[in-house]
Amino acid sequence: MKLRSMIWKELWRRPTPMLTSLLAVTLGVTAMVAIQNITVFSEQKIAGDMESLGANVLVLPPAVTLQDYYSADMHGHTMPEEFVSRLALARMPGVENLAPKLCVASDVDSIPVTVTGILPQSEFQAKAAWQGLGLIINAVGTDRGCCATKANVGSESDDPSSLATTRTIQELGDRDVILGHDLAAQLGAKIGDELHVLGEDFSVLTVLPATGTIDDSRMFAHLHSVQDLSGAGPVVNVIEIMACCEDAAGSLITNLSAELPDTRIITIAQVVETQVAVNGLMSRLSWVFLSILLLVGGASIASVMYANVTERRKEIGTLMALGASRSFVTRMFLGKATLLGLAGGFGGFVFGTIVAVILGPQLLGIDVQPMPQLLFVGMVAATVVAVAASFLPARRAAGLDPCLVFND
Amino acid sequence: MYQLQSVTQTYKRRGNVVTALDNCNIEIPDNDFIAIVGPSGSGKTTLLSILGGMMAPSSGDVSLDGQSLYEMSIDERTKLRGKKIGFVFQSFNLVAWLSACENVQIPLMLSGKSADEQRERALELLDRVGLSGRADHLPSELSQGQQQRVALARTLANDPQVILADEPTGNLDSETRQQVMNYLSEFHNDGRTIVMVTHDADTAAFAKRTIRLVDGVTRELSRAAVAA
Repeated sequence: MKLRSMIWKELWRRPTPMLTSLLAVTLGVTAMVAIQNITVFSEQKIAGDMESLGANVLVLPPAVTLQDYYSADMHGHTMPEEFVSRLALARMPGVENLAPKLCVASDVDSIPVTVTGILPQSEFQAKAAWQGLGLIINAVGTDRGCCATKANVGSESDDPSSLATTRTIQELGDRDVILGHDLAAQLGAKIGDELHVLGEDFSVLTVLPATGTIDDSRMFAHLHSVQDLSGAGPVVNVIEIMACCEDAAGSLITNLSAELPDTRIITIAQVVETQVAVNGLMSRLSWVFLSILLLVGGASIASVMYANVTERRKEIGTLMALGASRSFVTRMFLGKATLLGLAGGFGGFVFGTIVAVILGPQLLGIDVQPMPQLLFVGMVAATVVAVAASFLPARRAAGLDPCLVFND
Repeated sequence: MYQLQSVTQTYKRRGNVVTALDNCNIEIPDNDFIAIVGPSGSGKTTLLSILGGMMAPSSGDVSLDGQSLYEMSIDERTKLRGKKIGFVFQSFNLVAWLSACENVQIPLMLSGKSADEQRERALELLDRVGLSGRADHLPSELSQGQQQRVALARTLANDPQVILADEPTGNLDSETRQQVMNYLSEFHNDGRTIVMVTHDADTAAFAKRTIRLVDGVTRELSRAAVAA
């Protein structure tokens, strides 16, 4: 038998007094792990989305406020399509692509659908040719001020499915539609099928892969077809601008504001800044929760330890009579506190991870994986608090008068 | 073995000075069996605490094998206790959440023996007191007599020279009392020194010498005086 097996046996055979004091410590670590886990993966998703979207800028009607990038066109306000031509002809530095959109509500076989009108890149190229510009440079932008790559005309967006990733498309016929993944499943439609939309028959050009965004439930058609058939006229809801790098996006704002003073210009960073700010707040709050709950847990452990010392006075006196030194008695209680802290930290990590894995997808639509580094943090924090809280009770135990063994 | 010279122990209680031991002079040679008798509050437990190195007297000197007990540090006295002194308590003082074998192992663990050595020695001692079949039972699963026998086995764990017994039969029936005193006599016959506090004359009769303690003052008694 060793000291640690004595500690373990005592805890195992008399667990009740310690369980409640352990609860607050475990809860503190649970809260910290769950919140940190969710915020880290949320930040990763935002960063990933921003990276995949590029340094995007949105041109919107002035009255629009924006919460979600992917539904930037679903606000009902419009601006003249002529703004698109002005931007295309302005050929601002760093602009890689322009993507104007118009969103109207319709139905297919009584199933409501959101029809989004988009302008294929071939239209811009036609405009550039008409302007007498060569095809070796981007139809909409210049390579001035862009960070690395030469402007790429058309090669990446030949495949219609590229709409899901690049948000532009090279060619789209007047009576072609592209379906989002979920909408295609809902309509039971596939490539080549005929759909009756906005009073006309359209052919399904392609079905997009699932993106996990609202685009999965959309139908995309030629902008001018949507404008004509819906009677909306030559208007758009939004113009997405894909800058070739974030640096260019910064100077673009100034240029765009000058070119289109009657619009609202928003960068993708601004769209997500609220979420980023919330993530930051949640992350800081998780440390506050951890601190408060650890303090409460520490006070609880101290109280239970003092009671434990009192309850075990005779036992401690007996051990001292049998040859236990003061340091042995101290180590007995601090060892117990260490074990409790490690258990509380581990338990908090497990529960916190489970909570994050369950709530992450439900609250923020993100996949959460366990973060092993939080195990270390949780166990260290819980153990330090448990040992610190038990220090004075342990010293009290070590200072007991062994003569009390003779008291009956 | 033990020498107490002019040992006095006083306490202050609510402004009053209580004298538990008053200028006590006792010599306890090796292999003695001494019973300390006296009324309640006479200072018996105080004397036992002083002999056990657990309470420094207010004045006087206590030496064990020529070494002054209270010139040592607390940790040195603790070590000495673990090596040379065994205790038997009235209420057995077994650790409730350890088995009989584990209780006997405690002194062996404190003296640094390996786990295997501890268990082997503990089982040997339990066998000596007739409890080898109850080694893994908790104290609550044993009768009072069996618990005291486990305590006796624990006392012998580190092969102490001295056994200090505080009312070892106080909580036992007459039959078990006899059994426990037989064991103590056996330990005495092994060559150990036994100092036993008791208020029971029959128990005191097992000892070679009897010292009476009244109001902190010691007086050696003859056997006839004890029987009376």
